[in-house]
Amino acid sequence: MFQDNRLNSELTFFQKVKKLDYILLILIIFLSAISVFVMYSTDGGQVLYHTKSHFFKLLTFFPLMLVISFSNIKIWHIISYFVYFIIILLLIWVSIDGIKVSGSQRWIDLYFIVLQPSELMKIGVILCLAKFYHRLKIEDVNSFVSIMVALAIIIVPIILVLSQPDLGTSILIASSGLIILWLGGVRIKYFVISSVAFLISLPFIISFLKPYQKLRILTFLDPDRDPLGAGYQIIQSKIAIGSGGLGGKGFLKGTQSYLDFLPEKHTDFIFTLFSEEFGFLGSVGLLIIYSLIIIRIIIIGTISKSNFAKLFCFGFAFAIFIYIVVNLSMVLGLLPIVGSPLPIMSYGGSSMLATMIGFGIVMSAKINHKQMIA
Amino acid sequence: MIRKTDVINRRMFIVGAAKLVILAGIIGRLFSLQINNNKKYLTLSDKNRIREWKLPAKRGNIVDYFGNIIAGNLKVYQLHIIPEQVENFNYLISRLKTLLKLSDGKIEKIIKLKKKLKPWDSIIVSENLSWSQFLKVNNYLYDLVGAKPVMTITRNYPFNDIYTHILGYVSQPNEKDILQNKIIKDRFVPGMKVGKLGLEKTLENYLIGTNDIQRYEVNAYGKRINQLEYQKGNQGSKIRITVDTEVQKLCAKLLANKAGSISVMDIYTGEVLAMYSSPSYNPNLFLFGISNDAWQLIRNNPLKPLVNKTLSGLYSPGSTIKPIVALSALENNVINTNFTVKCTGKIEFYGQTFHCWKEKGHGFVSLNNAMKQSCDTYFYEIARLLGVDRLKITAEKFGLGKKVLGEYFDNEKQGLFPNTKWKKNKLGKSWVLGETLITGIGQGYTQTTPLQLCLMTAQIANGGYSINPKIIVNNDPLTLEQAKIKMLEQNLNNSDKKLFKNQKNIKIVQEAMFSSTNEVYGTSYRSRIDDPKYQFAGKTGTAQVKRISKRERELDLKIDQIPYKDRDHALYIAYGPYKKPRYALSIIVEHGGSGSKAAAPMAKELFKLIIDRKELREKQSSYEKIDI
Repeated sequence: MFQDNRLNSELTFFQKVKKLDYILLILIIFLSAISVFVMYSTDGGQVLYHTKSHFFKLLTFFPLMLVISFSNIKIWHIISYFVYFIIILLLIWVSIDGIKVSGSQRWIDLYFIVLQPSELMKIGVILCLAKFYHRLKIEDVNSFVSIMVALAIIIVPIILVLSQPDLGTSILIASSGLIILWLGGVRIKYFVISSVAFLISLPFIISFLKPYQKLRILTFLDPDRDPLGAGYQIIQSKIAIGSGGLGGKGFLKGTQSYLDFLPEKHTDFIFTLFSEEFGFLGSVGLLIIYSLIIIRIIIIGTISKSNFAKLFCFGFAFAIFIYIVVNLSMVLGLLPIVGSPLPIMSYGGSSMLATMIGFGIVMSAKINHKQMIA
Repeated sequence: MIRKTDVINRRMFIVGAAKLVILAGIIGRLFSLQINNNKKYLTLSDKNRIREWKLPAKRGNIVDYFGNIIAGNLKVYQLHIIPEQVENFNYLISRLKTLLKLSDGKIEKIIKLKKKLKPWDSIIVSENLSWSQFLKVNNYLYDLVGAKPVMTITRNYPFNDIYTHILGYVSQPNEKDILQNKIIKDRFVPGMKVGKLGLEKTLENYLIGTNDIQRYEVNAYGKRINQLEYQKGNQGSKIRITVDTEVQKLCAKLLANKAGSISVMDIYTGEVLAMYSSPSYNPNLFLFGISNDAWQLIRNNPLKPLVNKTLSGLYSPGSTIKPIVALSALENNVINTNFTVKCTGKIEFYGQTFHCWKEKGHGFVSLNNAMKQSCDTYFYEIARLLGVDRLKITAEKFGLGKKVLGEYFDNEKQGLFPNTKWKKNKLGKSWVLGETLITGIGQGYTQTTPLQLCLMTAQIANGGYSINPKIIVNNDPLTLEQAKIKMLEQNLNNSDKKLFKNQKNIKIVQEAMFSSTNEVYGTSYRSRIDDPKYQFAGKTGTAQVKRISKRERELDLKIDQIPYKDRDHALYIAYGPYKKPRYALSIIVEHGGSGSKAAAPMAKELFKLIIDRKELREKQSSYEKIDI
């Protein structure tokens, strides 16, 4: 507690409230409101379990975000490694005593919430690497040891998440981590070389994939090879989106989702429902909201004095961007189906918790943007 | 010195640019799906959600010549169960069982069906509830959650067994029906009925009608969510047949408790006025699946109700062939009216004895007399002189050995008229002259259907012109005048269609038939009508079903002393009114004994009715729009 007082001594509470980033706040509230209405539509136009649960999660996590906003960004710098370490422990807990649902062991029961630590790791890895590169001297960025350490920070959680198995989240953790490496100044050459190496080794990687993951890749390449089986989701999703047209079928009138043709409509395919009901215009509108959020976060990163805050903001902005791109590409049939939620919109507590914490840290960075971190 | 902040900002810029490109790609994809391919995906989406339910089509009515419905549609009350609405299936079933007195077998069937169907597909518990059952179910409906009384339509034959052999009946289609008829396949719905026999079968494609279609929005599991549209189908075409129900009824009455057949035909237009095969059976029994007991009763009836005797019954024509034999002999100048034969009751031929039906013989007989008294000896003689090959030519001209109604009835037989070549080909044996003799009195190999005999009579009656028999009133009608003009044309231009060489010969035969009915000693003299309005000419026939042994001949048994199966078939052909002929008929009573006693009296009643109804009939249009 005494730490708190010391770090926040510069700003009073009212100053903080004044300095809150209201643009970002309004965008988040707006997106949250949309998500509740869409969830209401997935429940068939009734306030049922998913709508209620989603709404209550927002009611819980939004204040949490505000609380984090009022914390000093320094605290997050201090506890970054610790947070990362805690999440690694949670991931180990998952692999030992996690809740298994349809073949994947991804959750732990914390009694008040069923938590998916891999979702938190998406933020955790950014925090951890932001601190790592914040503290690293620019000369040492491309030293062998520092690159190895940075890679280890990414690879350890990935191995744990892949073993659940959860390819989608692994990819998202990896890309969130790699972007910090990129921003931190790791040589472009290394990125090029490792990309080439990755492409060459891709066939070997595929050979290590689980049969269902291989099937997803095959299905992605040709969804019509098994239209009622593996390709069903993607075909139905494309039909739903395509039939939405310019203006959509109207709120609560998306036949594909209303008549249950759409699988996973609460979670990964929430955009499909949105796009069916609100059409091209609605979809682009939603993308604009997301883009504004991302741009706003980047701006906050730009005005931040400390590199830690910068790295976190840029990293987090990129992470959100990647979540959206992976999710949309998946439902639009541009990528194989990997489980990846759409931030805030998708049903799921851990994902929302992680995103809200991220927003909170960004807000905190905004409030304390003049703060230098040693 | 590079500043870290600069590195971060520069690299962020690169990332930002990459983000823009990717975002543009995603928006491009959205555009392609939602704007460019919107139509395609909308169609696919509708295909997903809209499903059609076909309902059974309403079959076309079949009406008699006067427009009376003889095959129609009837409202019936059914009871359905919709499993997903049932609260307690066992309770419901036990309630229904007591309420409707369902059998254990039926209950088992329902339970089996329930396992097979989706929970929202209805199970038909009873296809045809009586009114009182329907009321009962409605009264207890509060207690029968999930049961649904339904009103629907079904085929109905108001005249029961009168028309069975013409119309056939409908029943649920089997695999063969569906595979062989594409229209049935397209319009198939559970619970539909298709023609199984008779006109119901052959005119299936006219009668079937188009389905009512219900369009429902369904969910991914196929469950109906709401009805979008109800498209009414068209009832099948109305078919009007040439048959007169009153005549048909009389036929049924005359042949009650007998096995046999009556056919009546218009000698000019070829319209079939009646065509009844006795005994018949009730086609309504087949609608909901006939019970085994009822089926066995029909199947095992010794009078064979399942056989359409008019078309598939093959009989020796007996003496009813004699007009043709006489005509053939006249036409081939083998005899003339002055030609006489001495009948002593039998003639010896190559050591074989051929008997005349009259043991004492007829003495000297000429053509007219021989026909009148049906003298077998005379016809043995002229058949011998004529030869079977020349006889066959005449017989075939008059329609023997050929189908009469063509493809309308699957079960129509073509019969047989033999000649020397036929025997050589079929049996591999040479023709024996004795066979010519018995062919001359309508025994031996000759086999005719009752309708063939009727057509033969009609074509003698109309003066020897070929007519086209018809049973369906179509868009190509023939009025009496048109028919007569057509015949005149045949006489002048189409000599191959003309059935005679010299019209005088037809006249001679007609007169002989007149004598046979209207003069003393004529075989059907007792059945005559003196009133010229009804007066008819005819020829009796008695067809042996087995060879009469010498002993039997000596015994001269009365009909009821002979076992049923061994009794002769009684036949009668006739046309009338004699002065202005219009109608021909043929009557066959299986094992009825002699034609003059068993068959000819029926003609008397028939002619009275037919001729009384002539004016009424002529008032009816003989035109229907249908092109069959």
